[in-house]
This record gives sequence, C-alpha cells and structure tokens, in this order.
Amino acid sequence: MRYMLLMHYREPAEGDISEEAIAEAMEAFGAYGRALEESGVLLSADVLQPAAATTTVTRREGVLRVQDGPFAETKESLAGAFVIDVPDLDAAIGWAEKCPGAQWGVIEVRPTATSFVKGRWTR
Amino acid sequence: MDALTSGDGCRVAGPGPGVTGPAARAAGMAARDSYGRLLALLSASTSDIAAAEDALADAFERALRTWPAHGVPASPDAWLLTVARNRLRDHWKSARAQRASPLGDAQDSLIHTDDFDVDAIPDRRLELMLVCAHPAIERAAHTPLMLSTVLGFTAEQVARAFSMPASTMATRLVRAKKRIKATRIPFRIPDRGDLPSRMTAVLEAVYGAYVIEWATTGPQARQLPSDALHLAEVLTSCVPGDPEAHGLAALVQLSASRAPARLDADGRFVPLPDQDPSLWDSHLIDRAHEHLRAAHARRQLGRFQVEAAIQAVHCARRRAGPTDWPTLLTLHRVLHAIAPSLGSGVALAAVTAEVDGPAAGLATLDGLLQDAGQHARRFQPARATRAHLLDRLGRSEEAMAAYDCAIDLTHDTAERQYLQHRRDSASRRSQHRWPESRK
Repeated sequence: MRYMLLMHYREPAEGDISEEAIAEAMEAFGAYGRALEESGVLLSADVLQPAAATTTVTRREGVLRVQDGPFAETKESLAGAFVIDVPDLDAAIGWAEKCPGAQWGVIEVRPTATSFVKGRWTR
Repeated sequence: MDALTSGDGCRVAGPGPGVTGPAARAAGMAARDSYGRLLALLSASTSDIAAAEDALADAFERALRTWPAHGVPASPDAWLLTVARNRLRDHWKSARAQRASPLGDAQDSLIHTDDFDVDAIPDRRLELMLVCAHPAIERAAHTPLMLSTVLGFTAEQVARAFSMPASTMATRLVRAKKRIKATRIPFRIPDRGDLPSRMTAVLEAVYGAYVIEWATTGPQARQLPSDALHLAEVLTSCVPGDPEAHGLAALVQLSASRAPARLDADGRFVPLPDQDPSLWDSHLIDRAHEHLRAAHARRQLGRFQVEAAIQAVHCARRRAGPTDWPTLLTLHRVLHAIAPSLGSGVALAAVTAEVDGPAAGLATLDGLLQDAGQHARRFQPARATRAHLLDRLGRSEEAMAAYDCAIDLTHDTAERQYLQHRRDSASRRSQHRWPESRK
C-alpha cells in the first residue's frame, strides 16, 4: 500500500540555523533517503523550497487565477513529501519516525487512495 | 443467544438484558468467545472489520434459521466460520464488480483466510485487541472498540456502558473501523521493541472497561455485566506470560468481588471499611489469587500487579480480620513511585492517615494538591478524602465546606447521599461544640 509521508514544520528565517546544523540535517536526510531506497520502499522523495516560492493556481470560480503565495498561511507549512510503498500503517509509521523532519516538525502519514502507474489509475 | 440481530449495524450476540443465572452467563460468555475469535480471523487479512461483522452476523442469522431444523453441527465455530467466509468472498466479488474496471485491482488477500484448518481455529484476538488500541486510533475509542469487536456488544450496549447517546457511540465506532481499514492497520503482533508500549495500550483499554464499570453504578442497572472481567480473562488467555495482564485480571476480579457489598439494602453507598466481607464473592477472589500467583511467578513488577496487591490486602479482611494498613502504605508508596497519578497520590494520602494519623494524611494530600495545580481542584476523590480527613481532625467547619465541594463533584447518587450524610453529622458536631458561633 502506498503512503505519503508529509513533512510539516516552521520555516526557519534566514540565518536562524547555523551552517553546521544545516550540514547535519542534510547528512541525516541523505542517510534516510539511502535507507528508504535500499529497502526498496521508496517511490519518490522531495523537499520543498520555502513557502514564499509557492504559486497558487485555480479555476474554481470559472476563470483562471494565478496568485503568489501558498493556499493557506499557516505557522507550520508543508516542507516535503516522501511516497513509499509498504505493507501496512505500522511499517509507514516506522519510516515516519525515522524521518529527520520528525525531530523538529511533524510527519503526516496518509495512505494514498489511488495512484497513476503504467498508464492507469490503480490501487 | 437471544439477541441476534443483523444488517443494521447492531451485530450479534450474547444474552439479552433479561438473561441471568450462572448457566446463561456461561453460555453468553462462550458465545462472546466464539464471536471474538471468529471476527478476529475474518478481519485479519483485510483489516476490514465492518465487512467481517456483516458476514459474521449473516452466519449467526443463518445458524438460527437452520440449526433448529437440521441440528447443531459438530463444530459450530467451524460451521459459522465457513459460512461467514463465503459471505465475505461474495462481498469482495460484488465489490470488485461494482468498481470501475481499471481501478479494480485483484483483491486476493482473502486467500489468507483459507490458510487455516477450521477444526483448529487459531486465536487472533490479541491481534484484534492490538488493533483496537493502536496509536493511530483515538484513545477514547480504544475501550469501546474492544467491547464491540472482541466481545460482540452492540453499539447501543456500549453506549449505555459509557452513558453516551447510542448514535454518538455508533458514529465513533464506525469511524474507527473505517480508519482501521482505510489506513490498513495490520493484525499483527509487533516486534519486541514495540510490543511493550503497544501492550500497555491494550492493558489500559481493558482497564478502561473496568473504570467505567466502577464509575457508572448509577440508578440504572448496568447492561454489560462483567465485561471488563471477561476482557481481562481473554487477554490473559492470549498472553499467559504477561505478568501485567494477570495483574490487571486480578485487579478487576478483586474489585468486582466486592460489588455485592457496595450498596446496602436501601441502595446506600457503603465505604470499603464498613463493608461486610461475607458478602464478597469468594469465587472471584480465589480466581484473582490464581492470577496474582501467575503474575508473581514472572518476577517482573508492574502497576497493575501493585494495584491488584492493594486490593488483595483489602480483601484479606475476609479471613485475617483487621486491615493491614502498614502493608497497604508500602504498596501505595510503590504504586505512586512507579505509576504516579493524582489518583495514586490521593490513595497514598488516605492510607498515610490510617497509619500515621489524619494530620499526616492531610499534609500529604495538601502537598499533592499544591503540586498538581488547578485541575486537581476538580478531582472528586481528592476533595472527598480531604473532607473526611478534616472531619476526623475535628475541624468541622472546614470539613463542612470541603464536603460541599466534594458533593458538587460527585455524580453517583449513592455516594452523594453518603457524603451528604457525613456533612450533616459534621454540621451537628460543629453546632454541639461551638454553640455560640451559631448565634
């Protein structure tokens, strides 16, 4: 079953985090990514740019609206997403707790309903 | 089994409210045991409890229709399982047919249910209990889910136990079951690293059934007699090597053993020291001691074993005469050290008063209340204990105020009346002692 691990945390301001800490975090994420890949569960992994880089697009009111900024301003914002394929929720929780982002933020574990694979929506 | 229903979300089973007596109770328990075992098996491969419940309800219904005419099969459980499994298979087939074809991926996980021999039905109720108390399920749903799935109580019955509207409870149960299926919470014993914390959640959910049983002795007769007793027994049969499971079973049994003595002939609350030990259920006390022996043999102390030991000391009054307060004080100190809570602290203060006098007890209690802060002010046992201690110290005016405060927080009618009675006595004493202050 496919689960998305969604990382949420407060975005640090410029200079909030020392170079050292950034290097440590990158190393942790590197190890985490390798572990996911080696166990054969990883489908995709992306860490996002700051929320300020967001563009919001909608046709909800009939016309195209393109806006700068995120859909909802929140204290903690979506910071990245991993898609993994594991047998059950316990396995997914196991990976979420090892995610470096869990050390300073929260990881939402959410099963996917359906995913597009090899030309069709499947589950 | 006279309360079989089906198809309306209120599934199966067990004796209805009117059935009493040991034979009917034993039959009801056996039915609940079968129900839990079968449901655990039927839902294990897909985590789809609702579908398994429907299939099992169908099977029970068919049993009621065909067994009277054709006779009861040699192995009723195997018969029920086979029928329910076929129902489930039909359910999956039609679900697959209804789904748009590209989305209709093979639903072959049902094959797992063919893996076992129906004559040797494995017990997967522990897995089911672990699912009910899974950290991804809201805590408030753990105990209701267990009562619903492991013992087969209807949402209505569970709602009554929790003094909650049936529709609210039904919604909560449905939501939790959907979540188990949608997020695929596995029916599996976790590995050694996770097992202790997961077992703690299971024990606490069973303990939750015991707590509601204790707390809701209101004017209505309870509809779930001994549900905590039964859950605790199921748990010890699933994990015979877990000392805390035995401790919990002993705790529940020892407390339940005193139920007949808790109200007098007029329905008035009788506090433990005033209870007549000859009214206690000696069969339950003996059974509890078997559990305690099994627990102690593992030589690994835990919170529930200590709580059970405390209850055992109280119950020893049945044979040994006066209560052994120094031993109780030691046990309460251990309990408050390994599982500190407001409740354990208040109990420690009350026992301290018995050994070292009410002044020492009051000092312990007030120290605790000061540390615990605001929310301790609304903790009924703390208020009631404080009132009793002030009363015993002869500080009647303060005791009266403390009784008032405790009465405001007491919801049990019998206990309210008891506190009111004590307050009135304190009031009379106060008038007697200082008549001039009344003028």
